[in-house]
Amino acid sequence: MSNHPTPPRLSLRGITKQYPGCLANDDIHLDIAAAEIHALLGENGAGKSTLMKVIYGLVKPDHGEVLWDGLPLDVKDPAHARKMGIGMVFQHFSLFDTLTVTENIALALGDDAGDLTSLANKIRSVSEKYGMAINPEREIHTLSVGERQRVEIVRCLVQDIRLLILDEPTSVLTPQEVETLFVTLRQLASEGCSILFISHKLNEVKALCHRATVLRGGRVSGACIPAQEDTISMAKMMVGDDTPVSTTYPKVLGSEPVLTIKDLSLHSDDPFGVHLKNLNLTVNAGEIVGIAGVAGNGQEELLASLSGETLSPAGTISFRDTQVATLTPEKRRAMGLGFVPEERLGRGAVPEMSLTENALLTGFLTGIVNKGMVAWKKTEAFADQIISDYKVKTAGRHAQADSLSGGNLQKFIIGREILQNPKILIAAHPTWGVDIGAATAIHKALIKLRDQGAAILVVSEDIDELFLISDRIGAICDGQLSPLKPTPESSIEELGRMMAGDFSTTPAHAQSSQAEHS
Amino acid sequence: MIKLEPRGERSKTMAYLSPVLAILLTMLTGLILFTVLGVAPWEALVTIVYMPISDTYGMAELAVKATPILLCAIGLSVVFKAQIWNIGAEGQLLMGGLFGSYMALQLLDVEGGWVLPIVLLAGMVGGMFWAGIAALLKVKFNTNEILTTIMMNYIALNILLWAVHGPLKDPEGYNFPESAMFSDSSILPILIDDTRIHFGLALALLAVVAVWVLMSRAFMGFQIKVMGLDSGAARLSGFKDKKLVFFALLLSGALAGLAGVGEVTGPIGQLIPSISPGYGYAAIIVAFLGRLHPVGIVLATLLMALLYMGGEMAQINLGLPLALTDMFQGMLLFYLLACDVLIGFRLRWISNRPGTQGNSTAPSQPMTSVSTGAK
Repeated sequence: MSNHPTPPRLSLRGITKQYPGCLANDDIHLDIAAAEIHALLGENGAGKSTLMKVIYGLVKPDHGEVLWDGLPLDVKDPAHARKMGIGMVFQHFSLFDTLTVTENIALALGDDAGDLTSLANKIRSVSEKYGMAINPEREIHTLSVGERQRVEIVRCLVQDIRLLILDEPTSVLTPQEVETLFVTLRQLASEGCSILFISHKLNEVKALCHRATVLRGGRVSGACIPAQEDTISMAKMMVGDDTPVSTTYPKVLGSEPVLTIKDLSLHSDDPFGVHLKNLNLTVNAGEIVGIAGVAGNGQEELLASLSGETLSPAGTISFRDTQVATLTPEKRRAMGLGFVPEERLGRGAVPEMSLTENALLTGFLTGIVNKGMVAWKKTEAFADQIISDYKVKTAGRHAQADSLSGGNLQKFIIGREILQNPKILIAAHPTWGVDIGAATAIHKALIKLRDQGAAILVVSEDIDELFLISDRIGAICDGQLSPLKPTPESSIEELGRMMAGDFSTTPAHAQSSQAEHS
Repeated sequence: MIKLEPRGERSKTMAYLSPVLAILLTMLTGLILFTVLGVAPWEALVTIVYMPISDTYGMAELAVKATPILLCAIGLSVVFKAQIWNIGAEGQLLMGGLFGSYMALQLLDVEGGWVLPIVLLAGMVGGMFWAGIAALLKVKFNTNEILTTIMMNYIALNILLWAVHGPLKDPEGYNFPESAMFSDSSILPILIDDTRIHFGLALALLAVVAVWVLMSRAFMGFQIKVMGLDSGAARLSGFKDKKLVFFALLLSGALAGLAGVGEVTGPIGQLIPSISPGYGYAAIIVAFLGRLHPVGIVLATLLMALLYMGGEMAQINLGLPLALTDMFQGMLLFYLLACDVLIGFRLRWISNRPGTQGNSTAPSQPMTSVSTGAK
């Protein structure tokens, strides 16, 4: 950095943060120049979140200093950070659903907001300038997830911004929306704003970022210029040399229908829920069907109606020839349904319970409960089998579920379901927030189960994952399901259009799909 | 400066140490209090915690007092595991006493071995009926059971008062608000000669074992625990939460009802206006002090029974007000909840280093949500 004529806009010097039992950041150095788009790469748990919280004043480092334009800066709190020109867009938005865009931004700005009319005008002009059209008068609950993200970004832009931090911003967007976001970010950078782009998606980093810093286990494991690297070499920096980073699986097509959804329409009681509209879907024995979609387009409702948490109108769901729409979860389980929910802790596993108890949680139909009494010896054996078969890293079956890392707990949950020999397995976001090693193990387990003849439905926001493991693929948008296509015949571009609600199977022009989003 | 810092995981040691710490702190506060009241603190403490049980008669009385508390507390441990906050053990106990008394009075002239079981059963039904109303309101209308059960305590008390001043009053009782004495067939047999320890104690100990088996071996108990810890997981696994809510509340109601009928058919022998000095409320403290575990609950019950006796002893010997008992109970719960914070958090002494200026502005620190272990 010595050849820089001016000091970098932000410079981190030896940032160290120790949490009880975990060294989240260990001597991290990082420089971001003006007008630079800098990627912070790393797997979940690598220390990215802690580091950005340090920059934004949410966490005080134990050691190290933050330099702002070459001068030491002690960021007291987020308000102080905003005053210095640091803005942050969180992965989970902090917006009030029943307030308008203007009101939300005014709340975030506090005393600096001024009167609402001029703020609304400012929002309108800023959002138009950066190609992120939003109507300031609309209430948040009427906006799509992509639009909500724009509100968060515009909130940062109405102030004098010099560093914008984005935490995994693309995880909630369709591929087309991602492109639009990148245009905005490039424009911002060209005007001199620095951008810290936090991600684990290598393709995006390669497409967007000027430089990248890679974290692994709380330490800087590498720095590079993404344009000069390929994704494999960057992945190696993220996960180390000993983890396999890419595999492909052969595609197959089943013919014998196992799970059938027929004309399923379901009204959601939740005021912000999504109504399911006339869904039709067949999953055959020996295949994996992947459903893509931006969060909040009916996935939760669909999954709940499949698990039996919400009951559906008679005749809409069947397992082979049996109607199950009105059956409760444990009856469906008894018929061979395995289910991997989105929330690992909180639905898939009880955080405060041991792995043995969590094995019992869904394994109670496998003969470990006899006349209402639990056979704990057998349950322990079942837990041990899951742990050894699926290589779950843990202190043992007595360990509490919440002491496991996300990836290991997910391996445990998937193992627990698969070892019950399900005929149908439904998995929601099976590798969300899981490191690459565990994700590969989970994918292999799913493929193996498929090859044993199970019908598998995977609902995920990760398009790369769906293309990797699905045999047929489709998307859900606003409670409607697109037709399914064999994966080799589909493309990311087409799936992106389907995620946005355009279910036409004829390839549309790129322009028209762009117009769809603006 | 003292700072609370999350431990990362719950400390098992602290979970067991916290009740002990709470008891010590309560005693310490008691000593200070006695000094302020002008009583020799050591003498007062000896009067409260040792004198009541210094002879075999005292020990026996301790067991008599412990019986209803144990029955209520062991039942509460089941509902509390389900994170259902039944504060209504007192009302359920009173209804148990009332229903049992009604049955005993109907059977005044009947003799036979089946009379007592019928009377006891009536008491349990009374407790279940009272808890069942709260369960129904919760399941049907999502009513907060804390509010309904508290309010129903007062309703139960007033129904009992009405009955004992009205329909159940002994016609030959010179207009005293008391029922007739029950017949011998309705009276719980004495377990140990020359004491007042009655068969209710055996039932209470049986209930402890039964609840222990339920919660550690039965799948039903597991489902109750899962529902309490994580209702989402319970639903996804197909556990029937409404059924579990009913089961847990009815069980605790039945045991509280048994405690009530055990009092009227045991040491009291008739229905009177004051069949419980707040055993149902004390049982809440006992359940938490005993960490919702059967062994812990037995120990905590003995302590609570001792407090009741010690309070009376202090009134007689030292002229201290009887409210002392309530106050000690309150302090015990207060200190317990305070100490329970240390299960999830540790205390750190932080010296104000000159280098970190931002430290003094407390509001700028990220606030960690502090929740006590026992909610």
